[in-house]
Amino acid sequence: MDFGPHLMLALIEGAVLSAVLALTAAGLSLVFGVMRVVNVAHGEFYMLGAVAAWFVAAAVGGAGPAAFLAALALAPLAVCALAAAADLAVLRRIAHDPERTIVATIGLLYILQQATLMGFGPDARPVAPPFNARIAIPWPVWEEGGLALTWPWGLSVTTYKLFVIAAAAAVLAGLWLMLTRTRAGLVMRATQWDRETATAFGIPVERVYALTFGLGAGLAALAGVLVVPIQQAHYLMGGDALLLSFIVVIIGGLGSLPGTLVAALLIGMSEGIVSVFFSPTLAKILATLLVALVLVFRPQGLFGAAGR
Amino acid sequence: MRAAGLHLGLVGLLLAAHFVLPAYHHGVLARVMVLAAYATGYNLLFGYTGLLSLGHAMFFAAGMYGAGLGVRFLALDPGLALLAGVAAGALLGLAVGLLALRTAGVAFMIVTLMFAQATHLGILLAGRWTRGDEGFVLQGPERVVLGLDLGDAAIRYLAAWALFSAVLLLVLRLVSLPAGRVLVAIRENEERARLLGYDTRAHKLRAVVLSAAIAAAAGAAYALLFGYVGATFASVQYSILPLLWVLLGGAGTVIGPFLGTLLMFYLIDTASGLTPAYMLVAGLALVLLTLFAPQGLAGEVRRRLAPWLP
Amino acid sequence: MNAPILSARGLCKSFGGLRAVHEVDLDLVPGEVRALIGPNGAGKTTLVSMLIGRIAPDAGRILLDGADITRLPAHARVRRGMAYSFQITSVFQRLPVEENVALAARRRLGRDRAAVAGEVARVLAEVGLSAEAGRMAGDLSYGHQRLLEIAMGLAQRPRLMILDEPTQGLAEAEVAGFRRLVRAISADCTILLIEHNMDVVMALADRITVLDFGEVLAEGTPEQIRADPAVQAAYLGAA
Repeated sequence: MDFGPHLMLALIEGAVLSAVLALTAAGLSLVFGVMRVVNVAHGEFYMLGAVAAWFVAAAVGGAGPAAFLAALALAPLAVCALAAAADLAVLRRIAHDPERTIVATIGLLYILQQATLMGFGPDARPVAPPFNARIAIPWPVWEEGGLALTWPWGLSVTTYKLFVIAAAAAVLAGLWLMLTRTRAGLVMRATQWDRETATAFGIPVERVYALTFGLGAGLAALAGVLVVPIQQAHYLMGGDALLLSFIVVIIGGLGSLPGTLVAALLIGMSEGIVSVFFSPTLAKILATLLVALVLVFRPQGLFGAAGR
Repeated sequence: MRAAGLHLGLVGLLLAAHFVLPAYHHGVLARVMVLAAYATGYNLLFGYTGLLSLGHAMFFAAGMYGAGLGVRFLALDPGLALLAGVAAGALLGLAVGLLALRTAGVAFMIVTLMFAQATHLGILLAGRWTRGDEGFVLQGPERVVLGLDLGDAAIRYLAAWALFSAVLLLVLRLVSLPAGRVLVAIRENEERARLLGYDTRAHKLRAVVLSAAIAAAAGAAYALLFGYVGATFASVQYSILPLLWVLLGGAGTVIGPFLGTLLMFYLIDTASGLTPAYMLVAGLALVLLTLFAPQGLAGEVRRRLAPWLP
Repeated sequence: MNAPILSARGLCKSFGGLRAVHEVDLDLVPGEVRALIGPNGAGKTTLVSMLIGRIAPDAGRILLDGADITRLPAHARVRRGMAYSFQITSVFQRLPVEENVALAARRRLGRDRAAVAGEVARVLAEVGLSAEAGRMAGDLSYGHQRLLEIAMGLAQRPRLMILDEPTQGLAEAEVAGFRRLVRAISADCTILLIEHNMDVVMALADRITVLDFGEVLAEGTPEQIRADPAVQAAYLGAA
C-alpha cells in the first residue's frame, strides 16, 4: 500500500480509538468534575463492561445481533450499579477525601481485577459483533486523463467500527444535553460548584455523588462493551484504559468535557497514526511525560482556560 | 531512650533470627528486610513529610538497574554497583523532585505516577540492554565482593540485615533531629511551617532525594542479593506495594514499615498458595485500612498505648 | 524621627479585576504599635499578606530596614525578623503545644536542645500556657490556641510582628489579658495589628492607619483618627 492509503487506514483506526477513549475519559472527567476525586479504579470498570458483555452474550447465545444488543443494554447498567454501591460503601465513609479516595480506589482496582481473574479466568474472550460487513474505501489517483478512483487492497472499514464511532458520538451528545439541559445536570453542576450550598438547598449530595460515580463507571463500561467485538475481553485490559484516560483528561483539563473530547481526538488519532509508523512504547513514554509536564507547568490542561 | 531501646532491640532480634530460623523463613526474612528498607524510605516521604508518591518504583528500579547494568556492562564489583544504584536513584529523585514539587496533593500523586510509568516504559524500550520484562540474572563472580558471595544464604541474610539496620537507625535518628521535625511540621501545616521561616520547598526536595536514595539502595541490594534484575520491579505494582506496607504498619512511625512489610509478605505468600488472584489480598487490605485503620498497626499502638513511639 | 523598619510604596493587588489594594504607602517606625483598621473587605488581610510574602503584589515595593524584600519568599522575610500570626488560627493541631513553640524557636537556635527548651519554657510562661505544654494543640480552647499563635511568634524573637485579628472570637476577660500581653511584647518589638475591636485599638495603638476600598483613607494618632470626619463617615459611623 502507498503512504496515502496507509495514513487513511491509520486515521480510521485512530477515530475508533478516539471514540472509545472519549467515552472512557468522559466518565473519569465527570467524576473528577463533580466530586473532585480521582477514580483510579476507572479502568477496571471499563474492563468489567467488556467482561460483563461476554457473560451476557454467552447467556443469550446465538449468532445474531441479539446477544450483543443485550450486552450493550445490560452490562453498563450492571457496572453502574456496582460502582454506585462501591461509592456508598467505601468512598462516602471517608467523606470523599481526595488522597484517601485514591488509596481506596487503588484497593478497589485490585479487588475488581483479581475477582475477575477468579471468576472469568486469565484468557481473552471475544463477543461476536452484531454486524460486520466490510466497506472498501476508494482512493483518488491522478492518472492521464484526470482523477480516477482506485480500490487499494486492504483499505476498508467494517460497519461495526463505524457503528462504534457513531454510538460514542451519540452518547457523548446525550451526556452533554443531560448536563446542560436537564434538572439532573443542573443538580450535578450545583454540587460541583459548592457542596455546602448545594446541601443547604436540599440537594441530596451523597446520592448525587453515588449516581455520578455510577454514571462515570457506566460510561467506561459502555466503552468496554463497544470494544469487545474488536479487542476481546481480558482481566488486565483496564490498565491501558486507565492510563490513556488519565492522559486525555489531564491534557484536556481536569473536569472539562469539551477539553476531554478534543484531547481524546488528539490522543486517539496520534496513537493510531504513531503506532502505525513508530514504536508504540516510545509514543506512550512521550504521552506520559507530556501529562506530567502539563500537570507541573499548566495544571488547567492544554485546552482549559487559566485557573481562577 | 525507650525509642532507641525498642529499635535496637528489633535490630538485635533480627540478627538473632539468623541463627535460629528454618531455611524457608530465613530466606523470606532476608527478602522482607530489603523490601522493608524500601518501605522505610517511602515512609520518610509519605508518613513524615506528607507527600504521597505513586511512583516510588522508579527509584527502586533506578537502584536496581544502576547496580545491575553497572555489574553487567561496566563490570563493577557489587560494592561500587550499590553506590552506582544509590547515585542513580538520588539523581532521579532530584530531577523528579524539582518538577513534581511544583504541584501538591492529587497532582503530585499523578505526576509521580506518570514519571514512574515513563521510567518503566523506558526500561522496556531499552530492551537491548535491560532485556525488558524477561530481565537478566546476575550470577557467580558478578556477586562476589571482598571474597564474600552474596548468593550464599547466610551472607545474603546478613547483608540484608546490615542494610535494613542502617536505614532504620538513620531514619530513627533523622526524625529526632530538627530537620526531621520540620518534615513533620510540613506534613501537618506547610503554610505555618513556611511562616516560621523554614524553606519548605528545600526541605521537601531533600526529603524526596533521601527517600529516593534509600529506595534505590534497596533496589540495588535486591539485584545484588537475589541476582535478578527485571522490569516488573519498575511497574505500578511496586509503587503501590510500599504504600500498602506503610499504611498497614503505620505511616509516620519508624518501626511501622517493617511490620507492614513482614505481615503483608506472609499474607500474600499464603494467598498465592491458594489462588492466582493473590493480589486480591492487597486490594482488600487497602480498602479496609483506609476505612477502619488509617493509622496502621504501629500508629494504633502509639495512639492507645505508647505516645512516645517515634 | 527614626528610619522606618518597614516601608511599603505603591502596593497594588487585584483579584480577577477586583481591586483589593490600590497604591498603598505605609511606614512603620521601630517600636511602635500600629493598628490597621477598616471595614470588612477593605483589603487589610491582602495588604499584610503582601508584606509577609504570602501573596505577590501586582505593583509596588516593600523595604525592610531599607532593603528591598519585594521579591523575597515568605520564609526569607521571616528569617530577617518578621513574624506573622494567622487570622484563622493556624497551629500544628496534632502536635504538642511545646513542639509548636519549639518549631518556632529551633529555626533560630538550631540543635541546641537546652536553649530550645529554655526558650519554650520562657515563652509559654509569658503567654500563660505553661500548664498546657504537653497537650495537643488541637485540644486547647480557642482562646488558648490564639495565645499559642502569639507564643510561636514570640519564640522567633521577631523585630516586627504582624497580628491579624488576634482578638477575634475571644471572650471579654481573654481580651483584657491579650491587651496586657501585646503591651509587654511591644517593649522590644514593632507591631502591626489588624483589629476590629476599637477599644483594643484605642488602648494599644500608637498610630492608626485606616483602609477603605483598598486605599489609605487616613493615618494618625488615635485622637486624630477619632476626630477625622472621613473616617467617621466611612467606618466608625457605619459600625
